[in-house]
Amino acid sequence: MDERDDAPAKWQDELYDLLRRNNVTQFAYVPDAGHRILIDRSLADPQAHSIALTTEEEGVALLAAADLGGARGVLLMQSSGTGNCINMLSLIKGGRFPFLALVSMRGDFGEGNPWQFPMGQAVEPVLAAMGVICLRIERPEEVRPTVGAALTMVFQSGNAVAVLLTQKLLGAKQF
Amino acid sequence: MSIEGGRGKMASAVAPDFILDRCEAVPALVGRHDDFLIVSGLAGTSRDVAALTQDGAHTYTMAGAMGGACMIGLGLALARPDKRVLVVTGDGELLMNIGALATIAVVNPPNLAIVCVDNGHYGETGYQKSHTSLGVDLERIAAGSGIKATRTVATEGQLVDGARMLRESNGTAFVVLRVKPTDPPAFTRNMDPSACRYRFRTALLGQS
Repeated sequence: MDERDDAPAKWQDELYDLLRRNNVTQFAYVPDAGHRILIDRSLADPQAHSIALTTEEEGVALLAAADLGGARGVLLMQSSGTGNCINMLSLIKGGRFPFLALVSMRGDFGEGNPWQFPMGQAVEPVLAAMGVICLRIERPEEVRPTVGAALTMVFQSGNAVAVLLTQKLLGAKQF
Repeated sequence: MSIEGGRGKMASAVAPDFILDRCEAVPALVGRHDDFLIVSGLAGTSRDVAALTQDGAHTYTMAGAMGGACMIGLGLALARPDKRVLVVTGDGELLMNIGALATIAVVNPPNLAIVCVDNGHYGETGYQKSHTSLGVDLERIAAGSGIKATRTVATEGQLVDGARMLRESNGTAFVVLRVKPTDPPAFTRNMDPSACRYRFRTALLGQS
């Protein structure tokens, strides 16, 4: 995405502002290029907690606890990381915790790394099996309304939602 | 492995330095429990905490999602800097997500304390040996992860120092409480994760 124009920077900045306006204060992540601006913004934000994880399932437990304490968080991860979350999502489903994840997709449209396909293609059925609703975004103009909808579904209706930032939106990494 | 035939005898045969009884050592280490918001790991430590607090509304006791207890502690500590958060988990539960210690050390919230009740065994599944019976030292892992306030409490005389660290450390504290591999208190607690979420939030936030 780095060699593309500055369009990703614009929607990612808007996305960060949208999350903060909705009182999301805990940003948990395993680093990924698709989330670079969100991560950098959270690191620079004195009103937010930016939490680097060693594995994505840590973030699932963290966000449940944010809710126990009356706070809101988001998990930023790549599609491969969704596989690392599965059993920990027992906590979300069993406890009926609100849960919001932004997933940068790999193993999808135009992917050049064959290792990314097994998990990338399994993201939606696997998350659905654990009770997480998936919303796909393919165009920059969909980012704001889709994440806005997800915020309502999660923090007003108490659901678990993963917003999938697809490779049509992010661009496929070149190999 | 059987634990029939005398708890003390079996413990000394298995591991001479696992001597404390959890039923006495956990209450002694935690002290006045309602000073904390408490998260507990799986079977054994959840029963320790439930028995100690009479399944209090300031506790979230887990019975699944193994490996999540320490990170629940971190999330709560960040959400509620006005409260002191205590994680009480077992060696097996902690080992499943040992990287969480690295994540927590980097953030280092001053209001978080972790107790690992280390009996060197997977008690719930029949007392199979865990890694800590086989040479793994959780205090050194915690220290190596960057947690500065760490202790191992293995004797009655060390309880006071460990208890003080849980309450007074100005960074995240990590205490290994080494106990013999005997059963936790018998206590029937609420195991509905959703009902316990509601109970916890209602008590803490006055809302669901």
